[in-house]
Amino acid sequence: MPSLFLDALLLQAGYNAALVALGAALLGMAAGSGGTFLFLRKRALVSDAVAHATLPGVGIAFMVMVAFGGDGRNLPGLLLGSALSASLGLLAVQWIASRTRLAEDAAIGAILSVFFGFGIVLLTIIQTMTSGYQAGLESFLLGSTAGMLFQDAVVIALGGAVAVAFVLLLRRPMTLVAFDAGFATASGIDVRRMDLAMMGLVMAVTVIGLKLVGLILIVAMLIIPPVTARLWTERTDRVLLIAGAVGGFSGYLGAALSASAPNLPTGPIIVLVSFTLFLLSLLFAPGRGVLAALIRHRRFQLRVHRRQGLLALAHGEAIFDPLTLTVLRREQLIRQDAVATEEGRALAAKTLRDEKRWALVRQIYQDEAVSGRYDGLTPIESVLTRDEIAELDRRLGPPAPVS
Amino acid sequence: MGAEFVQLSLTPLLIGILAAIACALPGNFLILRRQALIGDAISHVVLPGIVVAFLVTGVISTWPMLFGAAGAAVVAVILIEAIRRVGRIEPGAAMGVVFTSLFAAGVLLLEQSDTSGVHLDVEHALYGNLESLIWFSAEGWGSLTDPAALADLPPELFRMAAAAVLILALTLIFWRPLKLSTFDEGFAGAVGIPTAVLSLGLVITAAVAAVAAFDAVGSIIVIAMFICPPAAARLMTNRLEVQVLWSVAFATLSAILGYVLAGYGPLWLGSDNAVSAAGMIATVSGLILALACLFAPHRARVGAPKGS
Repeated sequence: MPSLFLDALLLQAGYNAALVALGAALLGMAAGSGGTFLFLRKRALVSDAVAHATLPGVGIAFMVMVAFGGDGRNLPGLLLGSALSASLGLLAVQWIASRTRLAEDAAIGAILSVFFGFGIVLLTIIQTMTSGYQAGLESFLLGSTAGMLFQDAVVIALGGAVAVAFVLLLRRPMTLVAFDAGFATASGIDVRRMDLAMMGLVMAVTVIGLKLVGLILIVAMLIIPPVTARLWTERTDRVLLIAGAVGGFSGYLGAALSASAPNLPTGPIIVLVSFTLFLLSLLFAPGRGVLAALIRHRRFQLRVHRRQGLLALAHGEAIFDPLTLTVLRREQLIRQDAVATEEGRALAAKTLRDEKRWALVRQIYQDEAVSGRYDGLTPIESVLTRDEIAELDRRLGPPAPVS
Repeated sequence: MGAEFVQLSLTPLLIGILAAIACALPGNFLILRRQALIGDAISHVVLPGIVVAFLVTGVISTWPMLFGAAGAAVVAVILIEAIRRVGRIEPGAAMGVVFTSLFAAGVLLLEQSDTSGVHLDVEHALYGNLESLIWFSAEGWGSLTDPAALADLPPELFRMAAAAVLILALTLIFWRPLKLSTFDEGFAGAVGIPTAVLSLGLVITAAVAAVAAFDAVGSIIVIAMFICPPAAARLMTNRLEVQVLWSVAFATLSAILGYVLAGYGPLWLGSDNAVSAAGMIATVSGLILALACLFAPHRARVGAPKGS
C-alpha cells in the first residue's frame, strides 16, 4: 500500500487517478477560497442547502435526457440540471429569509430537507424506469471515483480550474463585500451582484464536486478550510490564501489516499484529511489555538502570583501559596526560607508604590477611562505620563521602605 | 380500506405520524431559538453513532444503536460548543465542520467494516424503510383486538410510540421554563431557571426524537419534520400554544398525505411502483410550508398584525 500511495501521490497511479487527484486539488482550492467569502459573511450553512438542493435537478436531468433518447449518463447534462435546481433552492432560501418572518437557518433546513426528500422520490421513480442507464445516480449522494469516465475527470479538472480563476479574478471586490458591505457599496461595488457571484461560485463548486465527493459532503469542502484558516490569521487576504491551500492540499492528499487502497471512498477521505488539518490548527494555532490559550492562561497566572507575592512581601505578610513561593524564588526575589532578598525588597516597595498610586488614581478619576484600566497587573507608568505620576507622588508623600 | 390496508399500511402510517409529531414538538423550540439546524446536524451524526455501536456489539440491535446514536449526538453538541468557544468560530460554521466530519467518519467506517451480512448502509440511513414495516399477521381490523396478532406488531411502532409519549410528556412538564427561556433567556435566568441545562436538555430531547425516528423512517423525515411543520405553524399564529398545535397538525397531515401519495399516487398515475414514502412525506411538508409562506396570516416579517 505505501508504494501505491506514493504512486498516487506522485501522479504515477494511472492517467485517470492522476487527473482525479489534480481535479480534487483544484476543486479543493476553489472550494476553500470560495467558501471563505461565505464563511466571512456568516452564511456558511447556506452551502448545505445548495448542496442538498442539487439532487432533484440530477433526477430531472436524467429523466429529460432519457426522454430524449439518451442513456442519461451525460455528466455535463446532469450537472446542468443540478445547477438549475440548486439555484432554485438558493432563491427559495433567500425568498423565505427576506419575505417571511422565518430566520435564515429555518429556511436553510426547510429547503435542504424538502429538496432532498423530493430528490429521493425522483430517484425511486428512476429506479423503476425501464429505459436509461440508472445505475450510478446514487453515487451523487456520496461521490465516487471508481469507474469514473475519462471525460468526467476532465470535466472536474476543467471546472476546478475555472473556479480557481474566478476566485483570483474577483477576490478583491468579494473580500471587500464579505468584510464590510457598507464600505463596499460606498466604493461603488454592486453588493447584490457580488453576492450573486459568490453564490454562483459556491454553486459551481458544489456542482463540480457532486461526482467526486457527493452532495452530502461537498459542504465540508466549503466550510472546513476557511474555518481552519481563520484560526491562523486575523487578515482576510491570508484567510483566503490559507483556506485555498488547505482545501487544495486536502483534495490532493485525499484523492491520492483513496486511490491507494480499496474501500477508501474519496469524499469521506478528503473531508477527514481536512478535518485533521482543522484539529491540528485548533490545537496548535497561535492566538486561537488551545495550546496558545493554555500558555496565555499560565503566563497570566504567574503574573498574578508574582504581583500578589510582592505585595505580601511589602506588607510583611507570610506567603503560603506554593506557586507564589516558586515564582518569587525562581526570580531570586526571596531566599529558600522565604525571606526577601535585597532585590525582592526593592521590587516589593516599587509594587506597593504602584498599588498606592493606582488607589489614588481610582479615587481621583472615578469616572474616567484611566481607572477602568486597573486590573492589578498593569504598571501605572504604562497609563499615565511622568508628570501625572509626579503629581500623584506629591500627594502620596515619600515612599516607605520595606523591612 | 380492508384487510390489506391494516396489514400493509396501518403500521407504517402510524409510525410515520408518531415520528413526525415526535420531531415537530422539539422543532418548535429549536426554530424559535434559531437552532433549527441542530436537527440537521444531529441527523447526520446519527450514522457514525450507529456504525460504531454495530462495530462494538457486532449485531444490529435496537438498544446499542440507540445508545450509539444518542452518544454521537451528545459528542457532536459538545464538539460544536468547544470549537465555537475555543476557536471563536461562529456557531453555523462550527456546526458545519463537526457534522460533515462525523458523517464522513461514519461513511468511512461503514465502507471499511464488513457489513455485508447485515442491513446497514448509507441509503437505509437516509431514506429509512417505512414501507417495509408491515404487520404480517394482521387479517383485518379485527386483528386490533387479537392479542396474538398484536404481539406481532413491528417493534419500531412501540419504540416510536414510547419516544413520542416521552417527548410529549417532557414538553408538557417543562412547558413554562422552556417557553420563558426561549423568549427571554435573561429573564428566565433571573427567575432561577437553569437555562444552560434546559438548552442542553432540549438538544438531547431532539436527539432522542431524531434517533428513534431515524431507526424507522430515515434522516430525511427527521430533518424535514424538525423544521417544516413548526416553521409553517410559526407563520400561522403569534401564540406558542397555538403554534405547537398547528405544528402537530401539519406534521400529521404531512405524514398521512405523504404516505398515501407515495403508496397510491403512482397507481393513480398508471404506474405500479410506489415511490419513497420518506421522500414524499418530506416533499408534502415542504408544500405545506410553501403554502404557509404564501398565504398564512402571520407570515409578514415586520410589525405586529392588527388587533393583537
